[in-house]
Amino acid sequence: MNALIEKLLQASPVITDGAWGTQLQAQGLQPGEIPDAWNLSFPERVRQVARAYVEAGSQVILTNTFGANRFRLTEYDLRAKLAEINRAGVQISRQAAGDRASVFASIGPSGKSLVTGDVTAGELRTAFEEQAHALADAGADALVIETMSDLEEAQLAVAAAHATGLPVVGCMVFDSGRNKDCTMMGNTPEQAAAALTAAGADVIGANCGQGIAGFVAIAKRLRAASNRPIWIKPNAGLPRLVNGRAEYDMTPESFAGFVPALVAAGANFIGGCCGTTPAFICAIAERRAPALRGHD
Amino acid sequence: VKELYDAVLSGNSDAAKRITEQAIASGVEPMRLVNEFMSPAMAEAGQRFENGDCFVPHLLLSARAMKTSLALLRPLLVSSGASAIGRVVIGTVQGDLHDIGKNIVGAVLEGGGFQVIDLGVGVTPEKFIAAIHKHNPEIVAMSALLTITMLGMKDTIQAIQAVGLRRSVKVLIGGAPITREFATQIGADDFGSGAVQALAAAKRLLNGRSHPRV
Repeated sequence: MNALIEKLLQASPVITDGAWGTQLQAQGLQPGEIPDAWNLSFPERVRQVARAYVEAGSQVILTNTFGANRFRLTEYDLRAKLAEINRAGVQISRQAAGDRASVFASIGPSGKSLVTGDVTAGELRTAFEEQAHALADAGADALVIETMSDLEEAQLAVAAAHATGLPVVGCMVFDSGRNKDCTMMGNTPEQAAAALTAAGADVIGANCGQGIAGFVAIAKRLRAASNRPIWIKPNAGLPRLVNGRAEYDMTPESFAGFVPALVAAGANFIGGCCGTTPAFICAIAERRAPALRGHD
Repeated sequence: VKELYDAVLSGNSDAAKRITEQAIASGVEPMRLVNEFMSPAMAEAGQRFENGDCFVPHLLLSARAMKTSLALLRPLLVSSGASAIGRVVIGTVQGDLHDIGKNIVGAVLEGGGFQVIDLGVGVTPEKFIAAIHKHNPEIVAMSALLTITMLGMKDTIQAIQAVGLRRSVKVLIGGAPITREFATQIGADDFGSGAVQALAAAKRLLNGRSHPRV
């Protein structure tokens, strides 16, 4: 196992962070703006989000680089600033983390799809290599491939990230099929575990797509299908629309109430995705203390 | 020709093409192929997708097989007085650059017999209006993935109204955050929670028109 991952897992579960997009919106990010651009235009506001998670108890924080790939940046005429945006994203999270948290840099989906022929595998590979290298050069501790719906795209991204020599987390969205336990393209947790591991992921997992209750069974199946540590970041339940804005009904306490079940199912890294806030991370951190004592 | 049903349902474009060519050569009526074999197969593929028994790649393959067959049949259907069942202008609204869901809906609409004009992503109200003038569609279909950009649909509908084109087109909306309530609220004619529902809604909207295109 990678030395950093091994060190973190000495006190499993490791607490990661919550959502960034909604936090940035609260700071004034406008509809249609690309959050990643704020690494250059409003670094202090981004730093505030990162700092809030560190203060809430995150031991691993991500970076505001989810969409900083060539396809998305091109749509905002920011293609030329790709390296700069990714570098600033890592630096901002690093400054907020200090020596209290590790910085795992985020790589999201390309926004293009292989199955409809929007993009080729070669084009995706090049794009992921470019972003992964920019993040690695900026000094990230690890790379996180997240919110992937297409296992083939995820494999390309994981392989590109793995080539930097950094530890890699690869995680998929499971939100489709009769039991909401498949990816959009129809892959099961078992297939995802095998493919992500083969592509070089040091940690595998699931994020986004549904509320936390559905993640217990998925964590269990990932655990049974792989010897890799498991990364879990669920949404705060399902959103409800109120005056055109998404609102999430789940409270931090009820979210954190699932942590023991997730740990029992084999989750090693736990945080939140859409709708979660620093208050959710606080609640998880409070839950974690008794869970840890149970292992002594 | 029963094989045509299987070819579309299993998403085998090569088989669909071969069987359609053979059927045309042996004089089977084109409209019969569409109504008795292809459309029911596409409907079954859609039903399986909705039930969660098959997934996006399979649905796209079925739509592609359907489109392949339709391309062969269309010239014959035109000469018999029937062509595409309707024309749809589709785009992701201003501020939203997500094209995957929109592309899937476009493919399924094409599989369902519509002619689809894709305006791409981040489409401004002005671009929608220009496309209505240019293509004279029965339906304008708008997509949004983000809760923060879905209000762009309302702006577009108001802009279409402001230039006096609202009665010339039906407005169909869709995307992850869209609900029927929202569709009603902003004055859309119908909504689809997914590609299959969007096709059903598009057909409903067409039937509601007084002068359907032939």
